Amino acid sequence: MQCAPPPPKSNTNLLRNRAQAAPEGATLAEVFSPCASDGAAISFALAHIQVGDKPLLWVQDRVSRLESGAPYLPGLPAGLHVITVEVSKASDLLWTMEEGLRCPDLCGVLGEVWGDPPTLDFTASKRLALRAEAHNVPAWLIRRGAHANLSAARLRWRVSSLPAQADPFDRHAPGSPLWQADLFRARFRTPGEWVVSHDGEKLHFDHGVNRDIPAVAQAIM
Amino acid sequence: MTREDKLPVLAHPPTDAPRQSLQKHSTNPDQLATAIAALRQAVQAEVPPSPAAVAPQHSASDTDSYSPIGTPGVWTASRPNKDQKQVGRVGAAAGAVTRTGRITNTQNKRITSVYLPRFAIERWERWMRRTHSEPPPEAPVALAIDGGHGPVVYATNLAAEAAGVQAGSRVVDMRAICPDLQIEYADVSGDAAALGRIVLWARRWCPWTAIDGRDGLVLDTSGSDHLWGAEAAMLRDIEGRLSQIGFSSRLATAPTHGAAWALARIGGVRETCSADMLPARMGALPVRALRIDGDTALLLRRLGIKAVGDLAAVPRISLARRFSRAGLDQNPLMRLDQMMGDVGEPINAAEDPPRFAVQSNLPEPVQDPIPYLPELCHALCADLAAQNFGARRLCLSIYRTDGEVRHVTLNIAKASHDAQHLCRLFDGKLDHIDPGFGFDLITLTAPTSESLTRIQTRLDQTSSDGAALAQLIDRLGARLGAHKVRQLAPHASHIPERAVKHIAASTSATSIHTDFRGKRPVKLLFPPEEIHVLYQVPEGPPAQFSWRKQTHKIIRYNGPERIAPEWWADMPGTRLRDYYKVEVRTAQRYWLYRDGVLGDTRGATPRWFVHGVFA
Repeated sequence: MQCAPPPPKSNTNLLRNRAQAAPEGATLAEVFSPCASDGAAISFALAHIQVGDKPLLWVQDRVSRLESGAPYLPGLPAGLHVITVEVSKASDLLWTMEEGLRCPDLCGVLGEVWGDPPTLDFTASKRLALRAEAHNVPAWLIRRGAHANLSAARLRWRVSSLPAQADPFDRHAPGSPLWQADLFRARFRTPGEWVVSHDGEKLHFDHGVNRDIPAVAQAIM
Repeated sequence: MTREDKLPVLAHPPTDAPRQSLQKHSTNPDQLATAIAALRQAVQAEVPPSPAAVAPQHSASDTDSYSPIGTPGVWTASRPNKDQKQVGRVGAAAGAVTRTGRITNTQNKRITSVYLPRFAIERWERWMRRTHSEPPPEAPVALAIDGGHGPVVYATNLAAEAAGVQAGSRVVDMRAICPDLQIEYADVSGDAAALGRIVLWARRWCPWTAIDGRDGLVLDTSGSDHLWGAEAAMLRDIEGRLSQIGFSSRLATAPTHGAAWALARIGGVRETCSADMLPARMGALPVRALRIDGDTALLLRRLGIKAVGDLAAVPRISLARRFSRAGLDQNPLMRLDQMMGDVGEPINAAEDPPRFAVQSNLPEPVQDPIPYLPELCHALCADLAAQNFGARRLCLSIYRTDGEVRHVTLNIAKASHDAQHLCRLFDGKLDHIDPGFGFDLITLTAPTSESLTRIQTRLDQTSSDGAALAQLIDRLGARLGAHKVRQLAPHASHIPERAVKHIAASTSATSIHTDFRGKRPVKLLFPPEEIHVLYQVPEGPPAQFSWRKQTHKIIRYNGPERIAPEWWADMPGTRLRDYYKVEVRTAQRYWLYRDGVLGDTRGATPRWFVHGVFA
């Protein structure tokens, strides 16, 4: 005796959900990284992914792998099981992400794409977004060297590094990281800018006015 | 076969006494067998004597024989080899071990023993030939395994044997004898697996084949030799085909397993032995032909028993008492009975693995196999599902009208008999198949298949026990190439680039890595990129570096963290590394290292590299 899996959501349901105030569950988000070799964008996306017994599908195109490096397991959260896919073309990357989003045994799909490939247009991003919402698998698209042109991503971030917090044991060393996160387009919420810190489990969004500037400045001196 | 089986000329012909005693033994084994049965407390084998039972012909002449429990005449239902599991198919005459049926039994059965004297080294040479790294034939090579006091020689090639290297002795001693001896590690489990495949391959000659020790096969060729001409022609065929796949062999055919084993190892070239010649031929062989271990053979030699005939001359009751508690390998009496056919020894042949193949005969040649694929997949999956098997590899073959054959092979991450999934894996794979002028036969086979065990992990069946993930890996691997889809696994090494292994995504259950967030970067550059660094002192922290045509001024740093090379894995002269986690003015955090320190006598001024990017 086997129960049938829940059917994918129909277009009517999707339209009805869109009319509601907040989306339920996972969706597609884009993170732009102004600096190619900055680890802030990828860490920001990783901090959103729920680590469980399901693996993460991590897709990279060739240029992204060369420019920003390959995922390194000791620097990732413990228990995260990563399946890496290396592709050479953006069309293969989008196909792989779509296939991954169809699989409910993944905790997320992370794609890194370089530049503005012509195949990554509004239609492609909409396919990704609809499929992520239908199967409730979060999708994150990291874009480097890219322009924020037309896209159907529900959340579009621009994330860069800020000087890290002070290390409590070594005032010459960088401590836990801080990121400048700019949500410049969002479908279901108000855009804004935050200073984001991550304590290993949760993300903290601050407005940046109460930041301890003197501590950083003192360290710079 | 009788014309060839003349009594061979022996260097040391046995004396008359053992042969007479052997005759005596063969005529009067009943009481003695009953005695050993009693001594081994095998009481359930005892059967009350019945008047209808036929005593052996010559038993009347041996009136002086002695039986401690007084049941001469009939002996039924011995329990032959208790160690052998009686599963699978057993030989045709299995269980026909009654005393009265013995004569016909040994006359009817023909057992062929195949001994591969150089199996391990020839398998290694085969592999070396395939990888084009074969040593010259005059170079001595030995395979070693771990022994109690260091490595021990397991197998040698001909050159090493000529140089005096003996299997079983220690490698250091053999290096003293032969200094240019090349030592490789033996693949014992691989040898056993290869032998298992050869056993299945040997079913071409007869349906009952089994592994015999670590370097031999045993074939029950009763009644199948005429298909190959005769026994001599069949043995020549077996030897020729084994040499074609690279293995030298020695063979013999005899009425019992024990006799065939002995003749294959000690007897002549492709020797055959008929049932009536069996006692005479066996009596001349040394006692190590009895399949007993070395200690027992040594014991028998110290007792003055050098040949099988000598052993048969000893009264059975004495032997039975002496070896009453011994196991089969230490019991020469049981082995003698097996060799002479007094105790049955059926061949325990394993079941054939199931084969799955479907085909589609087309009425006229076509160019495109894709429309026939769903039907073939459904038929194959129905076969697989009926036996509860799943395919791990699929092979689609098209047979062209010009006689050519083209194949497309797919690997599958997890055994599956899901027709829709298997059919989808061929998407895009058949575009490059060359149909020529058309083909009229398509076959779809599953060369590798596994038994499927279905496990229900949750009551509501929401978790599909990883089947969806395995199907995803199959699809990605089929389109992008299996080497592009990897998973990350931790590895015990403190060199940063070696701490992660990229293993096949289909292997399951990797161990959980330790979390070094903050101390290790989130992304690693491979290879590390060289930078130009300004520093205040050569051993100190950097102050500024230029990388990718940009100059970065270092604001804060953490380090150094010194990582020494792994002397057991690295080349000599590899330099140590001093790692720094730095934060530059534009707030990015990088992982830099200096390759060596100044004055470590391992090179010039140390160079600097960027190795990773922090969060």
